[in-house]
Amino acid sequence: MTDALPRPSVRTRLAGRGVDSVTLLALPAVILLFALFIYPFGYGLWLSFTPKDGGALANYAKFFSDPFLYDTLAKTFWLAAPVTVLNVVVAIPTALRVRLARRSRLLTTILVLPITLGTVLVAEGLLTYLGPQGWLNRVLITLGLISHPLRLLHNYWGVFLSLFITGFPFAFLLTLSYVSGVDPALENAAATLGAGPRRRFWAILLPLLLPGLAITLCLSFVQAFSVFPSAVLLGAPAGPTRVISIAAYQAAFEDYDYSMASAIAIIMGVAQLAVVALILAGRGLLYRGPAGGGKG
Amino acid sequence: MLQQASLSSRLWSLGVWVVMGLFVVNLLALIAAVVTSSFATRWLGTWLPAGWTLDWYGSAWREFQLADVLTVTFEIVALVVVLSGLIGVPAAYAMARRDFPGKRLVMLLFLLPLLVPPITYGIPLATVLYRAGLAGSMSGVVLANLAPTTPFVILVMIPYIEQIDPRIEAAARVFGANTPRLFAHVLLPLLLPGVLAALLLVLVRTLAMFELTFLTDGPTSQTLVVALYYAVFAAGVRAVQSIDAMAVIYMATSMVWLLIALRFVNPTQIVGRARREPGR
Repeated sequence: MTDALPRPSVRTRLAGRGVDSVTLLALPAVILLFALFIYPFGYGLWLSFTPKDGGALANYAKFFSDPFLYDTLAKTFWLAAPVTVLNVVVAIPTALRVRLARRSRLLTTILVLPITLGTVLVAEGLLTYLGPQGWLNRVLITLGLISHPLRLLHNYWGVFLSLFITGFPFAFLLTLSYVSGVDPALENAAATLGAGPRRRFWAILLPLLLPGLAITLCLSFVQAFSVFPSAVLLGAPAGPTRVISIAAYQAAFEDYDYSMASAIAIIMGVAQLAVVALILAGRGLLYRGPAGGGKG
Repeated sequence: MLQQASLSSRLWSLGVWVVMGLFVVNLLALIAAVVTSSFATRWLGTWLPAGWTLDWYGSAWREFQLADVLTVTFEIVALVVVLSGLIGVPAAYAMARRDFPGKRLVMLLFLLPLLVPPITYGIPLATVLYRAGLAGSMSGVVLANLAPTTPFVILVMIPYIEQIDPRIEAAARVFGANTPRLFAHVLLPLLLPGVLAALLLVLVRTLAMFELTFLTDGPTSQTLVVALYYAVFAAGVRAVQSIDAMAVIYMATSMVWLLIALRFVNPTQIVGRARREPGR
Protein backbone atom coordinates (compact mmCIF):
# COMPACT_ATOMS: atom_id res chain seq x y z
CA MET A 1 0.00 0.00 0.00
CA THR A 2 3.03 2.23 0.12
CA ASP A 3 3.71 2.21 -3.66
CA ALA A 4 3.29 5.36 -5.58
CA LEU A 5 -0.20 5.97 -6.89
CA PRO A 6 -0.79 4.02 -10.11
CA ARG A 7 -0.49 6.13 -13.22
CA PRO A 8 -4.01 7.16 -14.22
CA SER A 9 -5.34 5.32 -17.21
CA VAL A 10 -5.57 7.00 -20.61
CA ARG A 11 -9.29 7.17 -20.10
CA THR A 12 -9.02 9.03 -16.83
CA ARG A 13 -6.47 11.42 -18.23
CA LEU A 14 -8.63 12.13 -21.26
CA ALA A 15 -11.65 12.64 -19.03
CA GLY A 16 -9.59 15.17 -17.05
CA ARG A 17 -9.21 17.19 -20.23
CA GLY A 18 -12.90 16.98 -20.97
CA VAL A 19 -12.87 14.07 -23.43
CA ASP A 20 -15.16 11.26 -22.31
CA SER A 21 -18.12 9.32 -23.64
CA VAL A 22 -20.28 12.45 -23.59
CA THR A 23 -17.79 14.36 -25.73
CA LEU A 24 -17.83 11.52 -28.23
CA LEU A 25 -21.50 12.26 -28.87
CA ALA A 26 -20.26 15.13 -31.04
CA LEU A 27 -18.24 12.76 -33.20
CA PRO A 28 -20.95 11.73 -35.71
CA ALA A 29 -21.76 15.37 -36.43
CA VAL A 30 -18.07 16.23 -36.83
CA ILE A 31 -17.55 13.31 -39.25
CA LEU A 32 -20.69 14.22 -41.20
CA LEU A 33 -19.62 17.83 -41.63
CA PHE A 34 -16.11 16.84 -42.58
CA ALA A 35 -17.55 14.62 -45.27
CA LEU A 36 -20.17 17.09 -46.49
CA PHE A 37 -18.41 20.41 -46.06
CA ILE A 38 -14.65 20.34 -45.52
CA TYR A 39 -13.90 17.47 -47.89
CA PRO A 40 -15.94 18.88 -50.81
CA PHE A 41 -14.19 22.23 -50.40
CA GLY A 42 -10.77 20.57 -50.38
CA TYR A 43 -11.74 18.37 -53.30
CA GLY A 44 -13.13 21.37 -55.19
CA LEU A 45 -9.92 23.31 -54.56
CA TRP A 46 -7.83 20.41 -55.85
CA LEU A 47 -10.17 19.88 -58.80
CA SER A 48 -9.95 23.56 -59.76
CA PHE A 49 -6.18 23.15 -60.22
CA THR A 50 -6.55 20.09 -62.46
CA PRO A 51 -8.28 21.58 -65.51
CA LYS A 52 -9.45 19.68 -68.57
CA ASP A 53 -6.52 21.08 -70.51
CA GLY A 54 -3.68 23.44 -69.72
CA GLY A 55 -1.55 23.98 -66.65
CA ALA A 56 -2.64 24.04 -63.03
CA LEU A 57 -3.81 27.65 -63.20
CA ALA A 58 -5.55 27.33 -66.57
CA ASN A 59 -9.06 27.64 -65.09
CA TYR A 60 -8.20 30.79 -63.19
CA ALA A 61 -6.38 32.25 -66.18
CA LYS A 62 -9.43 31.51 -68.31
CA PHE A 63 -11.77 33.13 -65.79
CA PHE A 64 -9.79 36.35 -65.57
CA SER A 65 -9.15 36.65 -69.30
CA ASP A 66 -12.66 35.97 -70.61
CA PRO A 67 -14.89 39.04 -70.13
CA PHE A 68 -17.97 36.79 -70.28
CA LEU A 69 -16.66 35.18 -67.08
CA TYR A 70 -14.85 37.93 -65.17
CA ASP A 71 -17.64 40.41 -65.80
CA THR A 72 -19.89 38.24 -63.63
CA LEU A 73 -17.81 39.23 -60.62
CA ALA A 74 -18.40 42.94 -61.21
CA LYS A 75 -22.08 42.35 -62.01
CA THR A 76 -22.58 40.44 -58.80
CA PHE A 77 -20.85 43.15 -56.77
CA TRP A 78 -22.88 45.84 -58.50
CA LEU A 79 -26.03 44.00 -57.49
CA ALA A 80 -25.09 42.81 -53.99
CA ALA A 81 -23.33 45.86 -52.56
CA PRO A 82 -26.09 48.49 -53.06
CA VAL A 83 -28.80 46.08 -51.91
CA THR A 84 -26.84 45.16 -48.78
CA VAL A 85 -26.23 48.78 -47.82
CA LEU A 86 -29.88 49.66 -48.46
CA ASN A 87 -31.08 46.68 -46.39
CA VAL A 88 -28.93 47.52 -43.40
CA VAL A 89 -29.50 51.29 -43.57
CA VAL A 90 -33.29 50.82 -43.64
CA ALA A 91 -33.13 48.11 -40.99
CA ILE A 92 -31.49 50.35 -38.33
CA PRO A 93 -34.21 53.02 -37.86
CA THR A 94 -37.04 50.51 -38.32
CA ALA A 95 -35.59 48.13 -35.73
CA LEU A 96 -35.04 50.99 -33.29
CA ARG A 97 -38.66 52.08 -33.71
CA VAL A 98 -40.23 48.61 -33.63
CA ARG A 99 -38.34 47.77 -30.42
CA LEU A 100 -40.49 50.41 -28.66
CA ALA A 101 -43.75 49.13 -30.14
CA ARG A 102 -45.86 46.77 -28.10
CA ARG A 103 -47.32 44.50 -30.76
CA SER A 104 -44.17 43.74 -32.67
CA ARG A 105 -44.72 39.99 -32.79
CA LEU A 106 -47.27 40.20 -35.61
CA LEU A 107 -44.91 42.39 -37.61
CA THR A 108 -41.93 40.06 -37.13
CA THR A 109 -44.14 37.13 -38.14
CA ILE A 110 -45.12 38.86 -41.38
CA LEU A 111 -41.47 39.68 -42.05
CA VAL A 112 -40.41 36.07 -41.56
CA LEU A 113 -42.66 35.08 -44.47
CA PRO A 114 -40.35 35.98 -47.38
CA ILE A 115 -37.43 34.27 -45.62
CA THR A 116 -39.28 31.02 -45.04
CA LEU A 117 -41.06 31.00 -48.40
CA GLY A 118 -37.73 31.41 -50.15
CA THR A 119 -36.40 33.24 -53.16
CA VAL A 120 -38.15 31.05 -55.75
CA LEU A 121 -41.60 31.93 -54.49
CA VAL A 122 -40.76 35.62 -54.12
CA ALA A 123 -39.47 35.61 -57.69
CA GLU A 124 -42.64 33.87 -58.89
CA GLY A 125 -44.82 36.40 -57.08
CA LEU A 126 -42.85 39.39 -58.35
CA LEU A 127 -43.34 38.19 -61.93
CA THR A 128 -47.06 38.83 -61.51
CA TYR A 129 -46.83 41.80 -59.16
CA LEU A 130 -44.21 43.89 -60.97
CA GLY A 131 -45.39 43.18 -64.50
CA PRO A 132 -46.55 46.01 -66.77
CA GLN A 133 -50.17 45.11 -65.88
CA GLY A 134 -49.32 44.23 -62.28
CA TRP A 135 -50.77 45.91 -59.23
CA LEU A 136 -47.68 48.01 -58.49
CA ASN A 137 -47.65 49.72 -61.88
CA ARG A 138 -51.44 50.13 -61.80
CA VAL A 139 -51.34 51.85 -58.40
CA LEU A 140 -48.51 54.16 -59.48
CA ILE A 141 -50.34 55.09 -62.69
CA THR A 142 -53.64 55.65 -60.85
CA LEU A 143 -51.87 57.90 -58.37
CA GLY A 144 -50.46 59.84 -61.29
CA LEU A 145 -46.86 59.22 -60.28
CA ILE A 146 -45.91 57.70 -63.61
CA SER A 147 -47.50 57.80 -67.05
CA HIS A 148 -46.06 54.58 -68.49
CA PRO A 149 -45.58 51.29 -66.65
CA LEU A 150 -42.10 50.93 -65.19
CA ARG A 151 -40.00 48.15 -66.67
CA LEU A 152 -39.10 46.19 -63.57
CA LEU A 153 -38.80 42.65 -64.91
CA HIS A 154 -36.03 40.84 -66.72
CA ASN A 155 -33.49 43.50 -65.87
CA TYR A 156 -31.34 44.74 -62.98
CA TRP A 157 -34.28 46.14 -60.99
CA GLY A 158 -36.25 42.91 -60.81
CA VAL A 159 -33.34 41.16 -59.15
CA PHE A 160 -32.62 44.21 -57.00
CA LEU A 161 -36.20 44.29 -55.68
CA SER A 162 -36.30 40.56 -55.01
CA LEU A 163 -33.03 40.85 -53.07
CA PHE A 164 -34.56 43.70 -51.09
CA ILE A 165 -37.74 41.74 -50.31
CA THR A 166 -35.87 38.69 -49.04
CA GLY A 167 -32.85 40.56 -47.65
CA PHE A 168 -34.49 43.39 -45.74
CA PRO A 169 -36.46 41.16 -43.33
CA PHE A 170 -33.28 39.19 -42.68
CA ALA A 171 -31.27 42.34 -41.91
CA PHE A 172 -34.17 43.76 -39.89
CA LEU A 173 -34.66 40.71 -37.67
CA LEU A 174 -30.93 40.40 -37.08
CA THR A 175 -30.65 44.11 -36.22
CA LEU A 176 -33.71 43.83 -33.99
CA SER A 177 -32.04 41.05 -32.00
CA TYR A 178 -28.95 43.26 -31.52
CA VAL A 179 -31.02 46.34 -30.70
CA SER A 180 -32.97 44.50 -28.02
CA GLY A 181 -29.62 43.58 -26.45
CA VAL A 182 -28.88 47.22 -25.63
CA ASP A 183 -29.98 48.17 -22.13
CA PRO A 184 -32.65 50.94 -22.37
CA ALA A 185 -31.22 52.35 -19.11
CA LEU A 186 -28.22 53.67 -21.03
CA GLU A 187 -30.45 55.64 -23.36
CA ASN A 188 -32.57 56.85 -20.47
CA ALA A 189 -29.46 58.04 -18.66
CA ALA A 190 -28.39 60.00 -21.72
CA ALA A 191 -31.86 61.51 -21.98
CA THR A 192 -31.73 62.52 -18.29
CA LEU A 193 -28.44 64.26 -18.98
CA GLY A 194 -30.15 66.25 -21.70
CA ALA A 195 -29.22 64.43 -24.91
CA GLY A 196 -31.82 64.74 -27.65
CA PRO A 197 -32.93 61.76 -29.77
CA ARG A 198 -30.39 62.47 -32.50
CA ARG A 199 -27.53 62.78 -30.05
CA ARG A 200 -28.63 59.62 -28.19
CA PHE A 201 -28.51 57.71 -31.46
CA TRP A 202 -25.11 58.94 -32.61
CA ALA A 203 -23.38 58.95 -29.22
CA ILE A 204 -24.95 55.97 -27.43
CA LEU A 205 -26.88 53.55 -29.62
CA LEU A 206 -24.87 53.50 -32.81
CA PRO A 207 -21.46 52.84 -31.17
CA LEU A 208 -23.00 49.97 -29.20
CA LEU A 209 -24.72 48.57 -32.28
CA LEU A 210 -21.86 48.88 -34.76
CA PRO A 211 -20.23 45.49 -34.01
CA GLY A 212 -23.58 43.76 -34.49
CA LEU A 213 -24.29 45.80 -37.59
CA ALA A 214 -20.95 44.71 -39.04
CA ILE A 215 -22.05 41.08 -38.66
CA THR A 216 -25.44 41.92 -40.20
CA LEU A 217 -23.66 43.60 -43.08
CA CYS A 218 -21.42 40.55 -43.62
CA LEU A 219 -24.30 38.04 -43.61
CA SER A 220 -26.53 40.22 -45.78
CA PHE A 221 -23.76 40.75 -48.29
CA VAL A 222 -22.85 37.08 -48.49
CA GLN A 223 -26.52 36.20 -49.05
CA ALA A 224 -26.99 38.83 -51.73
CA PHE A 225 -23.73 37.86 -53.42
CA SER A 226 -24.89 34.27 -53.85
CA VAL A 227 -28.13 35.28 -55.56
CA PHE A 228 -29.19 32.59 -58.00
CA PRO A 229 -32.87 31.75 -58.67
CA SER A 230 -34.10 35.35 -58.80
CA ALA A 231 -31.23 36.37 -61.10
CA VAL A 232 -32.41 33.70 -63.53
CA LEU A 233 -36.17 34.19 -63.17
CA LEU A 234 -36.44 37.96 -62.72
CA GLY A 235 -33.26 39.19 -64.32
CA ALA A 236 -31.57 38.94 -67.65
CA PRO A 237 -29.41 35.85 -67.04
CA ALA A 238 -27.56 36.32 -70.31
CA GLY A 239 -26.97 40.03 -69.83
CA PRO A 240 -26.92 42.53 -66.98
CA THR A 241 -27.71 40.05 -64.22
CA ARG A 242 -25.45 37.20 -65.29
CA VAL A 243 -24.13 36.75 -61.75
CA ILE A 244 -21.23 34.53 -60.79
CA SER A 245 -23.43 31.70 -59.49
CA ILE A 246 -25.00 31.41 -62.95
CA ALA A 247 -21.53 31.10 -64.48
CA ALA A 248 -20.63 28.38 -61.97
CA TYR A 249 -23.90 26.54 -62.57
CA GLN A 250 -23.50 26.65 -66.34
CA ALA A 251 -19.92 25.38 -66.14
CA ALA A 252 -21.01 22.43 -64.01
CA PHE A 253 -24.37 21.41 -65.46
CA GLU A 254 -24.30 22.69 -69.03
CA ASP A 255 -20.63 22.21 -69.97
CA TYR A 256 -20.04 19.37 -67.48
CA ASP A 257 -16.68 20.97 -66.71
CA TYR A 258 -16.60 20.33 -62.96
CA SER A 259 -13.04 21.58 -62.77
CA MET A 260 -14.00 25.00 -64.14
CA ALA A 261 -17.16 25.05 -61.99
CA SER A 262 -15.08 24.38 -58.89
CA ALA A 263 -12.68 27.17 -59.84
CA ILE A 264 -15.61 29.61 -60.20
CA ALA A 265 -17.10 28.43 -56.89
CA ILE A 266 -13.71 29.00 -55.22
CA ILE A 267 -13.45 32.48 -56.76
CA MET A 268 -16.97 33.22 -55.51
CA GLY A 269 -16.03 32.03 -52.01
CA VAL A 270 -12.80 34.04 -52.00
CA ALA A 271 -14.64 37.19 -53.13
CA GLN A 272 -17.16 36.78 -50.32
CA LEU A 273 -14.40 36.08 -47.82
CA ALA A 274 -12.47 39.18 -48.93
CA VAL A 275 -15.45 41.46 -48.31
CA VAL A 276 -16.25 39.78 -44.98
CA ALA A 277 -12.60 40.09 -43.91
CA LEU A 278 -12.63 43.77 -44.85
CA ILE A 279 -15.79 44.42 -42.81
CA LEU A 280 -14.53 42.40 -39.85
CA ALA A 281 -11.19 44.20 -39.91
CA GLY A 282 -13.12 47.46 -39.62
CA ARG A 283 -15.15 45.91 -36.83
CA GLY A 284 -11.96 45.12 -34.90
CA LEU A 285 -11.43 48.85 -34.48
CA LEU A 286 -14.80 49.32 -32.78
CA TYR A 287 -15.88 49.30 -29.17
CA ARG A 288 -16.74 45.80 -28.03
CA GLY A 289 -17.98 45.54 -24.53
CA PRO A 290 -21.08 45.20 -22.41
CA ALA A 291 -24.16 46.84 -23.86
CA GLY A 292 -25.87 46.81 -20.47
CA GLY A 293 -25.80 49.45 -17.78
CA GLY A 294 -23.23 48.83 -15.05
CA LYS A 295 -23.60 50.01 -11.47
CA GLY A 296 -20.24 51.77 -11.39
CA MET B 1 -38.79 59.73 -21.12
CA LEU B 2 -38.43 58.49 -24.65
CA GLN B 3 -41.89 59.81 -25.44
CA GLN B 4 -41.00 63.48 -25.18
CA ALA B 5 -42.08 64.29 -28.68
CA SER B 6 -40.96 67.29 -30.62
CA LEU B 7 -42.42 67.79 -34.07
CA SER B 8 -39.29 66.53 -35.82
CA SER B 9 -39.08 63.31 -33.85
CA ARG B 10 -42.79 62.68 -34.49
CA LEU B 11 -42.25 63.20 -38.19
CA TRP B 12 -39.25 60.88 -38.12
CA SER B 13 -41.24 58.21 -36.32
CA LEU B 14 -44.08 58.62 -38.80
CA GLY B 15 -41.61 58.28 -41.67
CA VAL B 16 -40.20 55.07 -40.26
CA TRP B 17 -43.66 53.56 -39.86
CA VAL B 18 -44.60 54.60 -43.38
CA VAL B 19 -41.52 52.84 -44.80
CA MET B 20 -42.29 49.75 -42.76
CA GLY B 21 -45.97 49.89 -43.74
CA LEU B 22 -45.10 50.21 -47.42
CA PHE B 23 -42.83 47.20 -47.21
CA VAL B 24 -45.45 45.04 -45.48
CA VAL B 25 -48.22 46.18 -47.86
CA ASN B 26 -46.10 45.38 -50.91
CA LEU B 27 -45.12 42.02 -49.47
CA LEU B 28 -48.72 41.05 -48.73
CA ALA B 29 -49.87 42.36 -52.12
CA LEU B 30 -47.22 40.23 -53.79
CA ILE B 31 -48.54 37.12 -52.06
CA ALA B 32 -52.14 38.18 -52.74
CA ALA B 33 -51.32 38.60 -56.44
CA VAL B 34 -50.21 34.97 -56.65
CA VAL B 35 -53.29 33.74 -54.80
CA THR B 36 -55.66 35.89 -56.91
CA SER B 37 -54.09 34.73 -60.14
CA SER B 38 -54.43 31.09 -59.14
CA PHE B 39 -58.21 31.51 -58.90
CA ALA B 40 -58.54 33.62 -62.06
CA THR B 41 -60.24 32.49 -65.25
CA ARG B 42 -58.67 35.27 -67.31
CA TRP B 43 -56.64 38.17 -65.92
CA LEU B 44 -55.29 40.61 -68.47
CA GLY B 45 -55.05 44.36 -68.08
CA THR B 46 -57.58 44.78 -65.28
CA TRP B 47 -57.42 45.25 -61.52
CA LEU B 48 -59.14 41.96 -60.84
CA PRO B 49 -59.67 38.84 -62.97
CA ALA B 50 -62.66 38.51 -65.27
CA GLY B 51 -63.98 35.50 -63.37
CA TRP B 52 -63.14 33.01 -60.67
CA THR B 53 -62.47 29.30 -60.88
CA LEU B 54 -60.92 26.43 -58.96
CA ASP B 55 -59.92 24.50 -62.09
CA TRP B 56 -56.25 25.55 -62.07
CA TYR B 57 -55.60 23.54 -58.93
CA GLY B 58 -56.76 20.39 -60.64
CA SER B 59 -54.73 21.05 -63.75
CA ALA B 60 -51.63 22.03 -61.76
CA TRP B 61 -52.01 18.85 -59.73
CA ARG B 62 -52.06 16.75 -62.92
CA GLU B 63 -49.63 18.69 -65.11
CA PHE B 64 -46.87 18.97 -62.53
CA GLN B 65 -47.55 15.52 -61.02
CA LEU B 66 -47.85 17.15 -57.65
CA ALA B 67 -48.94 13.95 -55.91
CA ASP B 68 -45.54 12.41 -56.70
CA VAL B 69 -43.65 15.62 -56.02
CA LEU B 70 -45.32 16.08 -52.64
CA THR B 71 -44.66 12.47 -51.65
CA VAL B 72 -40.98 12.83 -52.56
CA THR B 73 -40.79 16.20 -50.78
CA PHE B 74 -42.19 14.83 -47.55
CA GLU B 75 -40.01 11.72 -47.69
CA ILE B 76 -36.92 13.88 -48.11
CA VAL B 77 -37.97 16.38 -45.47
CA ALA B 78 -38.84 13.64 -42.97
CA LEU B 79 -35.47 11.94 -43.49
CA VAL B 80 -33.60 15.23 -43.13
CA VAL B 81 -35.51 16.15 -39.97
CA VAL B 82 -35.00 12.76 -38.31
CA LEU B 83 -31.34 12.42 -39.27
CA SER B 84 -30.34 15.96 -38.35
CA GLY B 85 -32.11 15.50 -35.01
CA LEU B 86 -30.42 12.17 -34.31
CA ILE B 87 -26.97 13.51 -35.18
CA GLY B 88 -27.39 17.10 -34.05
CA VAL B 89 -28.97 16.78 -30.60
CA PRO B 90 -26.27 14.49 -29.08
CA ALA B 91 -23.58 16.73 -30.57
CA ALA B 92 -25.27 19.79 -29.06
CA TYR B 93 -25.35 17.99 -25.71
CA ALA B 94 -21.61 17.31 -25.90
CA MET B 95 -20.89 20.90 -26.93
CA ALA B 96 -23.01 22.33 -24.11
CA ARG B 97 -21.72 20.10 -21.33
CA ARG B 98 -18.01 19.52 -22.04
CA ASP B 99 -14.96 21.69 -22.58
CA PHE B 100 -12.40 19.84 -24.64
CA PRO B 101 -9.29 20.76 -26.58
CA GLY B 102 -10.19 22.02 -30.04
CA LYS B 103 -13.75 22.94 -29.06
CA ARG B 104 -13.50 26.32 -30.77
CA LEU B 105 -12.41 24.61 -33.96
CA VAL B 106 -15.33 22.18 -33.82
CA MET B 107 -17.64 25.15 -33.19
CA LEU B 108 -16.23 26.81 -36.29
CA LEU B 109 -16.90 23.61 -38.26
CA PHE B 110 -20.54 23.81 -37.14
CA LEU B 111 -20.82 27.52 -37.96
CA LEU B 112 -19.30 27.57 -41.42
CA PRO B 113 -22.05 25.66 -43.26
CA LEU B 114 -24.55 28.20 -41.88
CA LEU B 115 -22.49 31.24 -42.79
CA VAL B 116 -21.31 30.16 -46.24
CA PRO B 117 -24.23 30.41 -48.66
CA PRO B 118 -25.48 27.11 -50.10
CA ILE B 119 -24.73 27.94 -53.73
CA THR B 120 -21.03 28.48 -52.88
CA TYR B 121 -20.47 25.09 -51.25
CA GLY B 122 -23.30 23.40 -53.13
CA ILE B 123 -21.30 23.13 -56.35
CA PRO B 124 -18.27 21.35 -54.84
CA LEU B 125 -20.63 19.26 -52.70
CA ALA B 126 -22.71 18.27 -55.72
CA THR B 127 -19.51 17.38 -57.59
CA VAL B 128 -18.42 15.06 -54.78
CA LEU B 129 -21.90 13.51 -54.56
CA TYR B 130 -21.96 12.94 -58.34
CA ARG B 131 -18.53 11.30 -58.23
CA ALA B 132 -19.75 9.09 -55.39
CA GLY B 133 -22.80 8.17 -57.46
CA LEU B 134 -25.18 9.54 -54.83
CA ALA B 135 -26.45 12.69 -56.51
CA GLY B 136 -29.54 12.40 -58.67
CA SER B 137 -31.18 10.21 -56.09
CA MET B 138 -33.01 10.81 -52.87
CA SER B 139 -30.03 9.88 -50.70
CA GLY B 140 -27.92 12.55 -52.39
CA VAL B 141 -30.54 15.23 -51.79
CA VAL B 142 -30.90 14.17 -48.14
CA LEU B 143 -27.13 14.20 -47.60
CA ALA B 144 -26.75 17.62 -49.21
CA ASN B 145 -29.53 19.02 -47.03
CA LEU B 146 -27.93 17.61 -43.89
CA ALA B 147 -24.91 19.89 -44.39
CA PRO B 148 -26.74 23.03 -43.20
CA THR B 149 -29.51 21.47 -41.08
CA THR B 150 -27.33 19.46 -38.68
CA PRO B 151 -25.29 22.53 -37.61
CA PHE B 152 -28.55 24.45 -37.37
CA VAL B 153 -29.97 21.91 -34.89
CA ILE B 154 -26.71 22.03 -32.93
CA LEU B 155 -26.63 25.82 -32.71
CA VAL B 156 -30.28 26.08 -31.71
CA MET B 157 -29.94 23.32 -29.10
CA ILE B 158 -26.69 24.41 -27.38
CA PRO B 159 -28.18 27.39 -25.49
CA TYR B 160 -31.29 25.34 -24.76
CA ILE B 161 -29.24 22.55 -23.16
CA GLU B 162 -27.01 25.02 -21.32
CA GLN B 163 -29.98 26.43 -19.46
CA ILE B 164 -30.92 22.99 -18.07
CA ASP B 165 -29.35 22.67 -14.63
CA PRO B 166 -26.67 19.92 -14.73
CA ARG B 167 -27.47 19.15 -11.09
CA ILE B 168 -30.71 17.53 -12.24
CA GLU B 169 -28.65 14.98 -14.16
CA ALA B 170 -26.26 14.61 -11.23
CA ALA B 171 -29.20 13.90 -8.92
CA ALA B 172 -30.49 11.21 -11.28
CA ARG B 173 -27.02 9.64 -11.27
CA VAL B 174 -26.93 9.72 -7.47
CA PHE B 175 -30.20 7.83 -7.37
CA GLY B 176 -28.65 5.16 -9.55
CA ALA B 177 -29.88 5.94 -13.06
CA ASN B 178 -27.63 4.59 -15.78
CA THR B 179 -27.05 6.52 -19.00
CA PRO B 180 -30.01 5.11 -20.99
CA ARG B 181 -32.40 5.67 -18.09
CA LEU B 182 -30.99 9.12 -17.45
CA PHE B 183 -31.60 9.89 -21.08
CA ALA B 184 -35.09 8.41 -21.30
CA HIS B 185 -36.52 9.67 -18.00
CA VAL B 186 -34.66 12.91 -17.34
CA LEU B 187 -33.07 14.44 -20.41
CA LEU B 188 -35.57 13.57 -23.09
CA PRO B 189 -38.60 15.09 -21.33
CA LEU B 190 -36.59 18.22 -20.50
CA LEU B 191 -35.20 18.58 -24.02
CA LEU B 192 -38.36 17.70 -25.93
CA PRO B 193 -39.76 21.24 -26.37
CA GLY B 194 -36.40 22.52 -27.62
CA VAL B 195 -35.90 19.55 -29.94
CA LEU B 196 -39.40 19.99 -31.36
CA ALA B 197 -38.80 23.67 -32.03
CA ALA B 198 -35.43 23.03 -33.67
CA LEU B 199 -36.80 20.24 -35.85
CA LEU B 200 -39.80 22.31 -36.93
CA LEU B 201 -37.43 25.03 -38.06
CA VAL B 202 -35.38 22.42 -39.93
CA LEU B 203 -38.58 21.25 -41.58
CA VAL B 204 -39.49 24.77 -42.74
CA ARG B 205 -35.94 25.43 -43.93
CA THR B 206 -35.71 22.14 -45.84
CA LEU B 207 -39.02 22.76 -47.58
CA ALA B 208 -37.66 26.09 -48.80
CA MET B 209 -34.09 24.92 -49.49
CA PHE B 210 -33.76 25.48 -53.20
CA GLU B 211 -30.05 25.62 -54.05
CA LEU B 212 -28.76 22.37 -52.53
CA THR B 213 -31.73 20.31 -53.70
CA PHE B 214 -31.57 21.87 -57.16
CA LEU B 215 -27.88 21.01 -57.52
CA THR B 216 -28.17 17.40 -56.37
CA ASP B 217 -31.60 16.16 -57.40
CA GLY B 218 -32.66 13.92 -60.24
CA PRO B 219 -35.98 13.32 -61.97
CA THR B 220 -37.24 11.13 -59.13
CA SER B 221 -35.98 13.29 -56.27
CA GLN B 222 -37.40 16.70 -57.06
CA THR B 223 -38.89 18.65 -54.18
CA LEU B 224 -41.79 21.04 -54.51
CA VAL B 225 -39.67 24.21 -54.52
CA VAL B 226 -37.43 22.87 -57.29
CA ALA B 227 -40.45 21.77 -59.32
CA LEU B 228 -41.81 25.30 -58.89
CA TYR B 229 -38.52 26.75 -60.15
CA TYR B 230 -38.59 24.58 -63.26
CA ALA B 231 -42.22 25.52 -63.89
CA VAL B 232 -41.45 29.25 -63.67
CA PHE B 233 -38.26 28.79 -65.68
CA ALA B 234 -40.20 27.17 -68.51
CA ALA B 235 -42.96 29.79 -68.28
CA GLY B 236 -45.05 29.90 -71.42
CA VAL B 237 -45.27 26.13 -71.60
CA ARG B 238 -48.06 26.07 -69.01
CA ALA B 239 -50.70 28.65 -68.12
CA VAL B 240 -49.53 31.26 -65.63
CA GLN B 241 -52.49 30.48 -63.38
CA SER B 242 -51.48 26.85 -63.24
CA ILE B 243 -47.99 27.81 -62.02
CA ASP B 244 -49.56 30.21 -59.53
CA ALA B 245 -51.80 27.43 -58.23
CA MET B 246 -48.69 25.33 -57.67
CA ALA B 247 -47.07 28.27 -55.88
CA VAL B 248 -50.12 28.54 -53.62
CA ILE B 249 -49.89 24.83 -52.81
CA TYR B 250 -46.20 25.34 -51.97
CA MET B 251 -47.01 28.39 -49.81
CA ALA B 252 -49.75 26.52 -47.98
CA THR B 253 -47.48 23.56 -47.19
CA SER B 254 -44.71 25.67 -45.73
CA MET B 255 -47.02 28.18 -44.06
CA VAL B 256 -48.80 25.46 -42.06
CA TRP B 257 -45.48 24.32 -40.63
CA LEU B 258 -44.29 27.87 -40.11
CA LEU B 259 -47.39 28.70 -38.07
CA ILE B 260 -46.91 25.56 -35.97
CA ALA B 261 -43.22 26.43 -35.50
CA LEU B 262 -44.01 30.00 -34.46
CA ARG B 263 -46.05 28.69 -31.53
CA PHE B 264 -42.78 27.39 -30.09
CA VAL B 265 -40.15 29.86 -31.23
CA ASN B 266 -39.57 33.55 -31.61
CA PRO B 267 -39.45 34.71 -35.26
CA THR B 268 -36.01 36.25 -34.74
CA GLN B 269 -34.68 32.74 -34.02
CA ILE B 270 -35.12 31.86 -37.67
CA VAL B 271 -32.37 34.28 -38.62
CA GLY B 272 -30.74 34.58 -35.19
CA ARG B 273 -28.09 32.01 -35.99
CA ALA B 274 -25.36 34.63 -36.16
CA ARG B 275 -25.69 35.51 -32.51
CA ARG B 276 -23.39 32.70 -31.54
CA GLU B 277 -20.57 33.30 -33.90
CA PRO B 278 -17.00 32.92 -32.67
CA GLY B 279 -14.98 35.72 -31.23
CA ARG B 280 -17.86 37.51 -29.62
